[in-house]
Amino acid sequence: MHAPTHTIHGVMAEFVTPDEFVAALRKIRAAGYTKFDGYSPFPIHEASQAAGLPQNPVALMVLIGGILGGLGGFALATWVSMVGYPVNIGGRPLFSWPAFIPPVFETTVLLASLTAVFGMLAINGLPLLYHPVWNVPAFARASQDRFFVCIEAIDPKFDASSVKTFLAGLGSASVSEVDS
Amino acid sequence: MSTMQNKVQANQVSWSPPVIGAGHDFESVNAGIGDIVLQQRHPDGWWVGFGIGFLLLNVLMMAVTWLFMNGTGIWGVNNPVGWAFAIINFVWWIGIGHAGTLISAILLLLNQDWRTSINRFAEAMTIFAVMCAGMFPVIHTGRPWLAFWLFPYPNSMELWPNFRSPLVWDVFAVSTYATVSILFWFVGLVPDFAMFRDRASSKAMQKIYGVLALGWRGSTLHWDRYETAYLLLAGLSTPLVVSVHSVVSFDFAISLIPGWHATIFPPYFVAGAVYAGFAMVLTIAIPLRVAYDMKDFITDRHLDLMARVMLATGLFVGYGYATEAFMSWYSANSFESFMMTNRMGGPSGWAYWLLILCNGLAIQPLWLKSVRSSAVALFIVSMFVNVGMWLERYVIVVTSLQHDYMPSAWGMYYPTVWDIMTFVGTIGLFVTLIFLFIRFLPVISMFEMRTLVPESELKEGGHH
Repeated sequence: MHAPTHTIHGVMAEFVTPDEFVAALRKIRAAGYTKFDGYSPFPIHEASQAAGLPQNPVALMVLIGGILGGLGGFALATWVSMVGYPVNIGGRPLFSWPAFIPPVFETTVLLASLTAVFGMLAINGLPLLYHPVWNVPAFARASQDRFFVCIEAIDPKFDASSVKTFLAGLGSASVSEVDS
Repeated sequence: MSTMQNKVQANQVSWSPPVIGAGHDFESVNAGIGDIVLQQRHPDGWWVGFGIGFLLLNVLMMAVTWLFMNGTGIWGVNNPVGWAFAIINFVWWIGIGHAGTLISAILLLLNQDWRTSINRFAEAMTIFAVMCAGMFPVIHTGRPWLAFWLFPYPNSMELWPNFRSPLVWDVFAVSTYATVSILFWFVGLVPDFAMFRDRASSKAMQKIYGVLALGWRGSTLHWDRYETAYLLLAGLSTPLVVSVHSVVSFDFAISLIPGWHATIFPPYFVAGAVYAGFAMVLTIAIPLRVAYDMKDFITDRHLDLMARVMLATGLFVGYGYATEAFMSWYSANSFESFMMTNRMGGPSGWAYWLLILCNGLAIQPLWLKSVRSSAVALFIVSMFVNVGMWLERYVIVVTSLQHDYMPSAWGMYYPTVWDIMTFVGTIGLFVTLIFLFIRFLPVISMFEMRTLVPESELKEGGHH
């Protein structure tokens, strides 16, 4: 470890209600911190806004996945019907594209869905077997009934003692250091 | 905007009971749903249900083993009735699956929060039903170990599937549907697996659920992307589910058999699928909520709403039957009109009238509020629909093939004991999987239920 501030992952505060949690995120952001995250047992749209999250790229990724799936499926059906195994059925054209629509629709949905799931997991850095936040025993409730915020040590404004005082002033139920 | 919200709230007060019982908070949701699995609080009846399912699963194993040893000749299929039980069961099962996707995807897009307590097991039902369904075309091929020939891949025979065939479309539709349903289900389970990981007391459970949770920690950044992905999956699943049963109906409609070659087939099949699926959701939900004391989560209002969907889709299906009868006369086609007289009064006429009884008449009591609010009555009606929808596919597949064009090419179909054992066996597979699901996974989505309790509401800015 290079600097003493990096021996910990950050400082975490626990909140009892979603209101306090969202208010805390808003104040942390207003105080000029940039490397922090909230943790809640269910999605809270206001928390995303309070934390100032940029527009996430999932929708664009899914659109690209769907387009690739559609083009790929259409290319496959066309190549198979015209080159790979051309069959003359009653003199109908080999490039019988209307008949390709159902399978091409399916490949579009398939690739878009795979992108939605695996793309979302990938940009979230999941799957992951270890994360420092789990070093805080109380954090087990983050998936059940409590709300947490963590200001990380990599934040340029980070100073362990002042962050602790700051978080304690936000009405948190407890404040603890997170070992890295 | 605020007037609309007031209106919605006024509506909730005036006519619809809440979607969650009063007095619940985060902890009661965690305990009421999660601890069933974490503390293994299962009634002894679990073993009875699982035992019956497992017994029938073994019937399936026997039937399929004998089939693999001897080929499809052990079934009653013949010329001209080459499809019979395998395709009836395929369509029946896949139709049942569709309600799960409808509940989880379409109702999510429509912001129907009552879906939250039934979507998890409805999705599980979808996956298990698709597993049962997918098995039939595969074993019907006669050489199931070569089933991968159905997919387009470079091979030493230089053969490729025919993309103009509805049977190939079906391969794409059903395999995509199975994949997307499993993804949708799994993604929904990840935050609940994380809760199991954090709450479990045994090391084994912490490890198993910990791996399944993929390292989920409820980060605000992650939730934001998760919700977009989940919503998009719902948006993709909605046209998918419609396309799947439309493609299934193309298997029939694109052929030239009287009784199959009809333009009404896609919407008629999709409505029938939703109808059958809601009947199966009720069949599972009614005993489940009693056995696990979940009447606060699966409320009487849920049963009422599901009954209404069942009644509406049942009427669509009834309209389909009427249209078939009308078109057979209006088309002035002698083969079409013979098809209908044969269907109603031919050697399999009993099946047609039993179908009208189950699918047409048995649902009419659902118009009455008193019937919709009686769990016992709903269970009985849903059983009629389960049987009726199977009979519908029997009527479509078998009576049309038995007597099509040339009387010299007519034949009869009688199922053998192996046909029946295979069908009953897949019910065993379904029941076994449902009971394992109840034992080891959260049957209701906990993270979504948390958003319904009053504790989750933000005072400053309305609802979460």
